[in-house]
Amino acid sequence: MLVFIPKIVAFCCEQSGVPAAEMAETLKLSVPANLEIVPVPCAGRTETLFLLKALERGADGVIVFACHEENCQYLIGNMRAKSRLLYAQNLLQKIGLEKERLEICNIATNSGVKFAETLKDKAIRLKELGPNPLTRINDPLAHANVGIKE
Amino acid sequence: MQMLALRSDQMIKAEQKPIEEILTYLDPYKKILLSGCGACVTVCHAGGEKEVSLLASSLKMARNLTGKPLEIQEITPARQCEPEFAEEIVEIVEKTEGVEAVLSLSCGIGVQTLARFLTKTPVIPGVNTVFMGETVSHGVWEERCQACGNCLLERTGGVCPIARCSKQLLNGPCGGSSKGKCEIRQETDCAWQLIYDRLKSLGQLDKLREVIPAKNWGTESRDKGPRRIVREDLKI
Amino acid sequence: MKAGSNLEKVFTQGHFAVTAELGPPKGNDTNVIQKKVDFLRGYVDAVNVTDNQTAIVRMSSIAACSFVIQMGMEPVMQMVCRDRNRIAMQSDIFGASALGIRNILCLTGDHHTFGNQVNAKNVHDLDSVQLIDMVRTMRDNQTLLGGEDKIEGEIKMFIGAAANPFADPFEFRAVRTAKKADAGVDFIQTQCIYDMDRFKEWMKMIRDLGVHEKVHIMAGVTPLKSAGMARYMAKNVAGIIIPDALIDRMAKAQKGADEGINICVEQIQELREIEGVHGIHLMAIEWEHMVGRIVEAAGLLPRPQVEQDSGEKV
Repeated sequence: MLVFIPKIVAFCCEQSGVPAAEMAETLKLSVPANLEIVPVPCAGRTETLFLLKALERGADGVIVFACHEENCQYLIGNMRAKSRLLYAQNLLQKIGLEKERLEICNIATNSGVKFAETLKDKAIRLKELGPNPLTRINDPLAHANVGIKE
Repeated sequence: MQMLALRSDQMIKAEQKPIEEILTYLDPYKKILLSGCGACVTVCHAGGEKEVSLLASSLKMARNLTGKPLEIQEITPARQCEPEFAEEIVEIVEKTEGVEAVLSLSCGIGVQTLARFLTKTPVIPGVNTVFMGETVSHGVWEERCQACGNCLLERTGGVCPIARCSKQLLNGPCGGSSKGKCEIRQETDCAWQLIYDRLKSLGQLDKLREVIPAKNWGTESRDKGPRRIVREDLKI
Repeated sequence: MKAGSNLEKVFTQGHFAVTAELGPPKGNDTNVIQKKVDFLRGYVDAVNVTDNQTAIVRMSSIAACSFVIQMGMEPVMQMVCRDRNRIAMQSDIFGASALGIRNILCLTGDHHTFGNQVNAKNVHDLDSVQLIDMVRTMRDNQTLLGGEDKIEGEIKMFIGAAANPFADPFEFRAVRTAKKADAGVDFIQTQCIYDMDRFKEWMKMIRDLGVHEKVHIMAGVTPLKSAGMARYMAKNVAGIIIPDALIDRMAKAQKGADEGINICVEQIQELREIEGVHGIHLMAIEWEHMVGRIVEAAGLLPRPQVEQDSGEKV
């Protein structure tokens, strides 16, 4: 049986998101399938373009893991990422895509549990939201982000 | 090929048009060239390389969603306002199969220069050219000059009342100047307060005692019709 | 005599002058003008007719002034720089003079974005100082601005302007009025006064500059109707300062309106004592029928009867 398994792209700040991901792995916590992790030296390295390109290329959702507001090693990289995300959400609304597909999550290095939980939540919400409308249009017969449920 | 700007031209400030408006203009086309500009619009983040990529992605997705895909070729030359650079774009349009229109993120000058050379391809503006101004801080730009044709900054301590006074007074301030702000909005400084403060710190307040006579709008300014400068010594 | 207007004669003969304000109708209903003139008759030496005040479109000042004259009162035609260029202004001044208008108040004008046609193109060809100079040129040089084109006939205008002692920068306000004096202004009307100390400070600067000897200063007065009005004005109107003590007094009063009138009359009496103040300009906004009561209570009646040019008394 073919089911929709949302493709999630996670931009992970190397100061927070990546260590949290590693902790989740150490704790053997499960994360959603079809997850692509993109490490970035700082959440602030995430260009607005990356957020849009991910969706353009068929991702169903994008999440940015950034340090907590006061804790950015590069001072305001996390704030820059947040501004860009809001800008991208605005753009999405104007072109007819759901802004909920994009989100930012502030996280600390030891938050392995939060990392896994946040991603699981996102997958559930994306299942409710449905596949990226672009993928359906590009190939109505097949769906890019499907998998076999056992 | 993307060319880097050789110098940072940055006086003109523009804002990207709403994407809904751009989509309306692009409706009849299936393939376009999207041209940014490496000069002023790059510095004010309206039409540089980054903005070109972002807009291209947004437009492609928007058109895909309506079932009418749009093919976009992207380019960001150093400038568009000179024949030397405009001609490069013309070459690309001529060489590339099927380009039906050029969406230009250059200021109004660049769009018109391109249009002058591209007689058979429509050139569509993607930004609104708003003013000539200064970068006050990152992400904030303010109007500073209106090209009045006869600079009087010597008498006003380096603050222009024509660009910065809401009523373009030459013998201001008016009665609406309050706590250094213009009567029309709190965010706007009263230009004449700035002039007063500047002249005071320069020890030149006596400059404000003289009446500045009525400006010659008709012989110096846009009011004499579209303007032209010719330097005979530079003509080839 | 520069223009021979009633207002000019009242000043020249050493009387304390009184003017009020009249807003033309938002259309062509001249009954509006008639009603206001009737409220003011006998209480003022001349009445200011506003020019699209706050950029709200009303009947033109020149047309309304013409009706005011027909209705038997002398107008002060207000002219703002916001809506007309020098061609239209000089043209209107020709017409105004021909219609018998003898007083003009030269103003910059409230910004057009305050009004009801916010997408209009802002003119501001001249500013108020340059406008004063232009009218003076027309009257004394008998030429247009620029000094070359001869005017057919004589343009007799008594030239006024505004001053705001409560705007910023405070140290410069009196100097700006001095500039207007240099440009040729004959009389000045100030913004309405509530902060008496600040006004007295400004008057001192005016006297130090010698302006009071060249120009007749009229103190602006507006009666408060309620504490609410006082608070609103203090907060929202640029260039108006209302001391807290005054707001408190209004708030504590049994009948706000009566207290407002009392305060107004007290202010007038205090203003009359200030050296260099030669009159008051009563701006009873939408309260024109109170002008008579205020003028009477302040002891300013009857208004002086001055000889008209034909020798007849007004």
